[in-house]
Amino acid sequence: MSPRESGSETMSIFSPQLAARFDVLTEKYPVKRSALIPMLLYAQDEVGYLSDAVMAEIADRLSLTPLEVRNVASYYSMLRFRPAGKFNIQVCTNISCMLRGAYDLYERFQEELGVGHKGITADGVFSLEEVECIGVCCWAPAIQVNYDFHDDLTPESVPGILDRYRDKIHSDSSRNGGAAHA
Amino acid sequence: MPRLVSHPDEVKIVTKRFGQGAAEIEKYIELGGYEAAKKCLAQGPDWIINEMKASNLRGRGGAGFPTGLKWSFVPKVSAKPKYVLVNGDESEPGTCKDHLIFLHDPHAVIEGTLIAGLAIGAKTGFIYLRGEYRYLLEIVEKAVADAYAKGFLGKNIFGSDTEFQVITQTGAGAYEVGEESALMESLEGKRGVPRIKPPFPAVVGLYGGPTVINNAETIATVPHVITMGAAAYAAIGSERNGGTRLFGLSGHIERPGVYELPMGYNLKKMIYEVGGGVRGGRKLKAVVPGGSSTPVLLPEEIETLGMDFDQVGKAGSMLGSGGVVVIDDQTCMVEFALRTISFYQHESCGWCIPCREGTDWLKKSLTRFHAGFGEMKDIDNIRYLAENMMGRTFCPLGDAAAMPTLGFVKKFRKEFEEHLNGKSCPFAKHVELAVV
Ligand SMILES: Cc1cc2nc3c(=O)[nH]c(=O)nc-3n(C[C@H](O)[C@H](O)[C@H](O)COP(=O)(O)O)c2cc1C
Ligand code: SF4
Ligand code: FES
Repeated sequence: MSPRESGSETMSIFSPQLAARFDVLTEKYPVKRSALIPMLLYAQDEVGYLSDAVMAEIADRLSLTPLEVRNVASYYSMLRFRPAGKFNIQVCTNISCMLRGAYDLYERFQEELGVGHKGITADGVFSLEEVECIGVCCWAPAIQVNYDFHDDLTPESVPGILDRYRDKIHSDSSRNGGAAHA
Repeated sequence: MPRLVSHPDEVKIVTKRFGQGAAEIEKYIELGGYEAAKKCLAQGPDWIINEMKASNLRGRGGAGFPTGLKWSFVPKVSAKPKYVLVNGDESEPGTCKDHLIFLHDPHAVIEGTLIAGLAIGAKTGFIYLRGEYRYLLEIVEKAVADAYAKGFLGKNIFGSDTEFQVITQTGAGAYEVGEESALMESLEGKRGVPRIKPPFPAVVGLYGGPTVINNAETIATVPHVITMGAAAYAAIGSERNGGTRLFGLSGHIERPGVYELPMGYNLKKMIYEVGGGVRGGRKLKAVVPGGSSTPVLLPEEIETLGMDFDQVGKAGSMLGSGGVVVIDDQTCMVEFALRTISFYQHESCGWCIPCREGTDWLKKSLTRFHAGFGEMKDIDNIRYLAENMMGRTFCPLGDAAAMPTLGFVKKFRKEFEEHLNGKSCPFAKHVELAVV
């Protein structure tokens, strides 16, 4: 029995909005499986990471095995199997950013947050990642916080950025998704 | 938010609607949008392909393949559906031009996709954006919905009996997915591992159907070629290199940004006049002319260098994706080489041994070297490793990693020698690389 048919009704671990979006996505492409990567990413945006239950439901929706889903998911660097912070800070240190001080910026984030690459702060608010080029090289050095870009930064910009996101926690009572739209 | 820049030498074709709110369909139409598609619908496939051939437009994704010729390879009759696939994976370090196109002129991409579809007889086009470009995907998705609402896309485009659908897609982080066959795999919901060629995508592509794959800038240029006329477009560039291209100036440059300049524009002038010179009045040490995979050039090599596919190729490098990375004299080239190879090591899909093991070895050697533990023989070893990756892999990522490495070792050998035998880096502090 597939995981979604455990009762008389079809069960979903996703919000009704996301479940509805998935219904559309699975019809969008000439071949259903093409919806896999967007579904994984959107599920991660809502749940925070790709748990076994997330992958099982997506597998079920696309008539794939959970192993096939995990095999694909493990290829893509944005997809993760463990929670990140509510705000995932991704610092690009690739060449254009490096030349304009990305490593000093990255160090400052490490100091302020007290965590290193792929670390999460104890309160779960922030995680930090050193990443490859994020496509804003002409406005370097740059970072992405979840999906938001911040560019032309200096180490001095760091405390202000962190404060802005801390403030969001108080004003934002939305779900605790790791990569919710910030 | 990415800022727009401007310089009097620019010839604004692809960028002419930037900053004017053309992401809104009404504005796009007001500025002449979708007229090119209507004209193409009336003129038919052969006319479109001939225009594209005559325009000398060459692919902006990196290799510079003539666009009209690529389209002409698609068989006229096919049992399987044909597709257009727009490559918006934009992940080559130093490159951020497609970003601006999606942000400021998404309808140009949609209209270009439609025209490509009319040219090859496809009913469906895909626009694939890298996963990090979520806000841009939302902009593109809204633009697609608006085009459907106007009847520019759908079963009966512009009131005709021709059908064309556009489907958007997001990636989830992978440089290799930018390679055209890996892109198709990813769009089919698989790992982004490339396919063996032949067959080429024009014959067997997406879902097994004939497929044209073009870079987002190439596709956004298409409606302008139609509007201006192929001859007028070709006249702007240099020989066999039609039109303009978006050059991204980054690194140690006074005025970084994306500038639209005619093909063949002199690189020295681009750096010193358009970009305002090296930041802080420093001395130029080197330039990476077309994204991180293109071999580095020395100041004396750019004096008379025109930025088009053929001239940069003759100079021993490549025009690539148009990402010009400027490097000043206080930069450690060993560290720069290390950061470059670390990227390719991280992004190798691991299928072929020369790429998977070669990038790993190179990264290890360069890490050791930069830390001061290198030996003289390592320099030749690095070269030997890189040489042996060249041409021995299933996709060009292996070459993309080896080529710049060879350039660094060849042109900056002295700097490598200065790191030998326990001597610490003569430049900045050593940085640990966390990206693994
Ligand atoms: C490793 C690798 C990564 C690539 N990444 C991109 C990319 O991000 N965007 C792109 O348009 N082309 C990229 N390309 C080139 C594509 O394979 C393909 O040649 C191109 O999209 C064709 O479009 P064009 O003819 O318009 O240039 C990449 C190639 C390789 C080998
Ligand atoms: S060259 Fe590298 S990226 Fe390309 S197929 Fe081989 S291992 Fe994969
Ligand atoms: S190198 Fe940092 S965004 Fe491209």
